[in-house]
Formats: sequence, C-alpha cells, structure tokens
Amino acid sequence: MTARERIAGSVANYVDERTGAAAWMKKNLNKVFPDHWSFLLGEIALYSFVILLLSGTFLTFWFDPSQREVIYDGTYAPLQGIHMSAAYASSLDISFEVRGGLLMRQIHHWSALIFMAAIVVHLMRVYFTGAFRKPREFNWIIGIGLLTLGIVEGFLGYSLPDDLLSGTGIRIAEAIMQAIPVVGSYISFFAFGGAFPGEAFIPRIYIVHVLILPGIFLALITVHLMLVWYQKHTQYPGPGRTEKNVVGYPLLPVYMAKAGGFFFIVFGVTAFLGAVASINPIWLYGPYTPAQVSAGSQPDWYMGWLDGLVRMAPPIETIFFGYTISWNILLPGLIIPGILFTGMALYPFIESWITGDKREHHLLDRPRNAPNRTALGVMSLTFMIIALINGGNDIFATTFDLTINQIMWFSRISIFILPPIAFVITKRLCLSLQRADRELVLHGRETGRLVMMPHGEFVEVHEPISPEKAWILTQHEQQPALALEENDASGVRRPGVLKNKLRARMSKAHAVSIPKATAADLKEIEHH
Amino acid sequence: MSKEIDAIKDPGLPEHVLRRADTDPIAARKAERQVATLFTLSSLGTITLIGAYFFIPQDVFIFFPVLGSTNAHQLFLGLGLAASVFFIGMGAIHWAKTLMPDEEVVIQRHEFRSPDEDRAEFVKTAKEGAAAAGLGRRSLIKRSLGLSLGLAGLSPLVLLRDLGPTPGDSLSKTSWKAGTRLVTDPGDRPIKASDLEVGAVAQTLPELAKGEKRTLPNIARDAVLLIRLRPEEFNLNAERLSWTHEGIIAFSKICSHMGCAVALYEQQTKHLLCPCHQSTFDVTRAAKVIFGPAARPLPQLAVTVDSEGYLVAQSPFTEPIGPSFWGRLK
Repeated sequence: MTARERIAGSVANYVDERTGAAAWMKKNLNKVFPDHWSFLLGEIALYSFVILLLSGTFLTFWFDPSQREVIYDGTYAPLQGIHMSAAYASSLDISFEVRGGLLMRQIHHWSALIFMAAIVVHLMRVYFTGAFRKPREFNWIIGIGLLTLGIVEGFLGYSLPDDLLSGTGIRIAEAIMQAIPVVGSYISFFAFGGAFPGEAFIPRIYIVHVLILPGIFLALITVHLMLVWYQKHTQYPGPGRTEKNVVGYPLLPVYMAKAGGFFFIVFGVTAFLGAVASINPIWLYGPYTPAQVSAGSQPDWYMGWLDGLVRMAPPIETIFFGYTISWNILLPGLIIPGILFTGMALYPFIESWITGDKREHHLLDRPRNAPNRTALGVMSLTFMIIALINGGNDIFATTFDLTINQIMWFSRISIFILPPIAFVITKRLCLSLQRADRELVLHGRETGRLVMMPHGEFVEVHEPISPEKAWILTQHEQQPALALEENDASGVRRPGVLKNKLRARMSKAHAVSIPKATAADLKEIEHH
Repeated sequence: MSKEIDAIKDPGLPEHVLRRADTDPIAARKAERQVATLFTLSSLGTITLIGAYFFIPQDVFIFFPVLGSTNAHQLFLGLGLAASVFFIGMGAIHWAKTLMPDEEVVIQRHEFRSPDEDRAEFVKTAKEGAAAAGLGRRSLIKRSLGLSLGLAGLSPLVLLRDLGPTPGDSLSKTSWKAGTRLVTDPGDRPIKASDLEVGAVAQTLPELAKGEKRTLPNIARDAVLLIRLRPEEFNLNAERLSWTHEGIIAFSKICSHMGCAVALYEQQTKHLLCPCHQSTFDVTRAAKVIFGPAARPLPQLAVTVDSEGYLVAQSPFTEPIGPSFWGRLK
C-alpha cells in the first residue's frame, strides 16, 4: 500500500465511521448517464447559474445599491459633474476604475442571457422529446418555475445599474403594477415606498436579486438535480435501450470529467464573449431621469416577447362604474403571460388526460412520432417569435427600411393567423417524416447507383438499412385513440358527455399516425 | 397484440469498438501529450490574465480587426481568463474521450412505486398518528387551530404595511398651478413665447419656489413638452384652442400608456411618438392617439403668458397624467 493510499484510506475511514457515506457513495459512483448533445443544454443552464453566482458576488463588493443622489467625479469624462444615483455612479466605477470590473459586468450579463437561452432550449428539448411524462412531471413544473423566476431575476438584474434604459424598464413595470384592478396603485406605492421612482426601489430589488431569488433558485435547482439523479436520466431510443434500463457512461470517471470539463468550457466561452463583445454599455445611456428616454429602447431578449405583446395590444381601456380597467396593459402584461405559463405548467397532465396514458416513460420520443405535441410546440414558438419580433419592431424598422406601422400590423394580424398555420404544417411534416421512415425500413436506402435492366429499364439500387437503424425507426409504440363511448354498457348516457366528447376528439387528433413498418410488412416485400 | 409480435426485433447493444489509443501505445502517448498541451494553454491564459491586470494600464486602447478600437486592459484580461478556464475544460474532455474507458454500461431502472406492504404500513401509521392526536374527534381544537393559523398568516401582511404610504390622491396631482411658470429642463430658465420658433419643441418643468428642490418623483409627474405650430395648423375645439398661446401647445410628456417619456417629435407630420411602445399622438388634434397601444390622449396643459411675457400655466392639469389606474376618474 502506498503512502497516498494509506492517507486516502484513513480519511475515508474517518468520514465513513461518522456518516456511513461509503454505502451511499458505492451505489452512486456507479450511476450511469446516457450521452447525447441535447442533454448538455440543461448543463449549460446550470453552469451559467454558477458563473452568475461567481461574477455576481464580485460585483456586490463594489456596487452601492442606493438611489441617494451623488455628483459623479470618476474617470469617465463625459459624465463628470452630473447628478446621478449612487447605484449608477458605482456601476460606472465598476466599469472604469475597478480592474476587471467591466469584464465581470459583461460576463455577468452575458451569462444571464445564456442562462435564459439555455433554459428555453432545454425546455424545448424536454417538451419535444416527451421527457416531461410520468414520472417527471414534478421536474417539469420546477423547470417552469425556474424559467419564470429567471425572467424576473434577469429583469431585476439589469434594472439595478439605474441607467436611463433600465429606469425606463422599471417605469414600465410600475405601470403594469398600477394597472392591476382595485389594488394597483397601492401595490405600486408599497413597492416603491411612495411615488415612482422614489429612493427605495433599487435597494429593495437588490436584496431580492442577490439573496432571495438566488436562494430560491439554489433550492429549486437542487431539487431538480436530485430528482434527475434519483429517477435516472431519460435516454433516446436505440438498440439495447429499453424502458427498463439506462445505457451510458458511469459517473466515475468519464461523466465527471466530461461534465466538469464542460463547466470550464461554458465559463471560457462566456468570458470570451465578455472580453470581446460589449454588452449594456451603461455609460452611454446616462443616469435615469423620468423625463428622458432614448430611441430604440429594448429590454433583454427574454423580456422582448412580453414587450412585443404590449406594443401590439389594442388601445382599449374600459370604465366600469367610474373605475378604469386598462386592457391594453392587463391583457398583454398579465393575462396572456399568465395563461401561457399556466398552460405550459399543466401540459403533462393535459397530455396524459388526452391519451389516457398513466405509465412511466424513460425512452424519449422522436418528435415526429408525436405529431400533435410537436405541432402544438411549434405553434407556441411561432406565437412567441412573432411577439419577440414585434418587441424589436423599431430595430427591425430601421434595419430593414420598413415603417413601424407595417411591422405592428403584420404582428397584430399574424399572431392570430400564423400559429394555427404552423400547427397544421408541422403536423403534416411529422406525418410525412413518419411515412419516409416507413419507406426507408421497407425499401431501404437510395444508393444513387443506377442499373440498367436486361429489357432496358433503369432502376435505382436500394440498399437495406442496418438492423440498428430499422429498430430506431420502428421501436416507438403507436397508441390507438381512447375509445370513449357516449353510452355505457347498459345503453345509459355517461355523465359529462361534453367533456368526454372533447377528450375523444383530442385523443383522436393525438393518435393520428402513419402505421410503422412491421416484420410482416418486410416479409411481404421480400416475397415480391 | 399481433402487431407487437410482428414488430421488428431489437438487435441489442452494438458491439464495442476499440479506439486507436486503446490498442496502440503510441496513439495513447500522443493523446496524453495533447491533453497536457491543452492544460498548458490554460496556464498560459492565467499568466496573460495576471500580466494584463498588473502591467496594462486601464486607459490604453488598441486597434483590433473586427473589434475596432478596444481597451487593451479589458481585452487581455478577458482573453486570459477565457483561455485559462476554456482549456481546462477542453483538456478534461479530450482526456475523457481518448484515454478514459469508453465502454457504455447498462444499469437497470427500478419502479418508483413503493411495495404494497410499505404503502399499507404508511397509511396505517399516518392514520394512527392522526387518531392519536384526535384531530378528527376534537373539532374545537381543529377549528381554533385553523383560525389561529389563518390569522397568523396575516401578520406578515400587517408588518409589511410600512413599505410605503397609501397613494391618496397623489397620482392625480402635479406641481402645476394657475400661474406656474414653465422653465427649461435643463437650465431652469423661464421661457418667452418669442423664444420658441415655429416647429420648435422644448422640454419644460414647473418653476421651483425659492429653496425647493427638484426630485425625480416630481419630474416623473411634472414633465411637460412645449411645441409651437402655426395657429392655423391646429384642429382643436374652442376650449382646447384657448389652452394654447400663439400656436404654443403644451402636453404632459409622460405617456398615457405606461409612463415613458414621449420623447420623439416628428416635425413634418406633427406627431409625437413614444419610443417604448410606439404610441403615436397627433399634436394638431390635442394629442389624439392615432397609432399604438395608448388608449388616451396626452393630457394638455393650458398655457398663456404672464404680465412679464413669460409662459405660465393657466390652470393645473384637468386630469391625472401618466398611466391609467383603477381610481383615475374618482
């Protein structure tokens, strides 16, 4: 036994005698993780969060979250002698005086953008592959919670520097609060400690941004990961992969090296962006004053869709017994996002109600094999992208030489028309892909080689595909639609006819598919 | 069922293919050198970072293709940090991919549902616990506990009451009074009608009394935009026309939609545009909304001149300025 082994052994012994950790470690160090590039998306989100904690902690050492008025006397000449909040002045100091401060600010902002992008793309991966199905519904809901909190956390973060752009964002948030029926102006006055902008808001959102929300994040991410760990990761279908097993690399050493290495890569890419790509140059915006705003004011991308919805909202305000209800703010600012996020959180339950499927699923779906779900996803994305485009309508107008009115009317009309069209096209595309899969299994791959037959006809040679490929293309199960009879066995109408009818229709739409190739089909073809 | 019997068979896990480094010691040594090189690049990155931190001054700008003129301190600090962490990651992954075992392992899943006897045991224990506490029988305890928990939940709400004052009528009021002079922002100079040419725009605030200080909440309510047109360009009713002075018309600068500053004026069309959500107001028709999500015109401030010829407000705003709220018309 070498000296090193002896020391390691005695440390392990010391810990184990006090915690009994060895039994647990033995089991978990052999944990297996399936390998696929799309499983890295969630990791990017996780690592960005760590980078946010590190860079954010750096920033707190110099940032002064106060709206007390100061006169700037730092090194950035254009703003010298200007009245501004201590928050803005300290953000300038971080950018110009603290060595590495600007780099950290840029890394912090870039990783926030990457964090949100990774969450959204990870969510899309989970959705389109059906990874949210039983037993992973809890993790889906936690994920939606993280997405929602991420939007709030990002907004609060870019509001902290108290520059002209971020102050304008806060002003809009205040208007949304004020629009809430009955209690709106009270909520606003409590949040701001009086009339907007006051001196209380930045210190308050600071503690929410650096302590309360990160704490909640940390708790939710921990539960999210523990569930992934405990329930074991889903895997893509393939030869030898079943609902009952997990095929992949063991935690020690391969997965640990790859996942750990990937953290450093994400950090490196973020630092590179922070070094070369300027983001949020607050010194150009100037300090916040409510009487000014710059043209082309844009929120960060993950708020853009919300701003786009607000921009395209119809100018409707109703007076109800003398009280004002601002539909132009409530509808795009609270009601539609509320419906979207609630619908998203409930989707696993809605789908399982439609299909009647209450079994566990660990093998992922290929998106084409769940045409209805895939189409619904693309439909929602289309809605979001139109909203996002409209959120940048002023930028699009100047870039593409259009008028804002053209883009606004395009968005107002297409937000109703394009999503359903996207649904139909996607569904058909999925079915076509299923048909192509069937063809491929039955008739093989086109080789591009032409052969002349003895009677002069040219035919292309088809080569049978490998058994592995054939398995991947046919392993999915094709569930028939639910048979929901209107009358029960004795001919009496069941209760909840309408509900059943709706469920039967949705189930039918969900079950539409091209019959997959079977061994019998193959045999039949061989006989010809 | 027949369909499942007919299904194409799972060929099972494909056979493991060895990599070159698994069989060829020369290839393995080459991979080892590659990993070591990547780790060394990381060390060089850290050295770059340290060098940039201590030896490149913060005010040196250098020209870089694509990036343009760039702060050298910030750039090399960032590139150093990026290389320092990035190559650790690259090294680790290259190591894992070339030298660590790459044979896939199979483990079995277990069902999450607890065995029936455990579930029965759990239900029994839970029921016994509830019975022992007697919660079902002692309804007096149950109800009073429910009440006290509910009430205790209220205390945080009470304790947070001092977060801010109640709004009262402050959302409906501004600093403008009859006779308040309009002064330039910035500069705080009173304005004569002759100071404004036709087509000109001025950003104004109410004049401060001696010793008064301008606060942001005041600016957020008081900001007013002055625009001078030719009087015949107006398309106003008699009352609103009487609120103008020699073609000078004044509006609240705070958008009636969400409170941004309505900062863009198009001289040709005489439209005011809010850059936040593109609500567009027609100045000639008392800031009527002609496009965008705003539901109300910008409130107009009645202006005239005082005995010295300076522009003053005829009266306070006749309606609350800024975004809507529940009790706006009360």
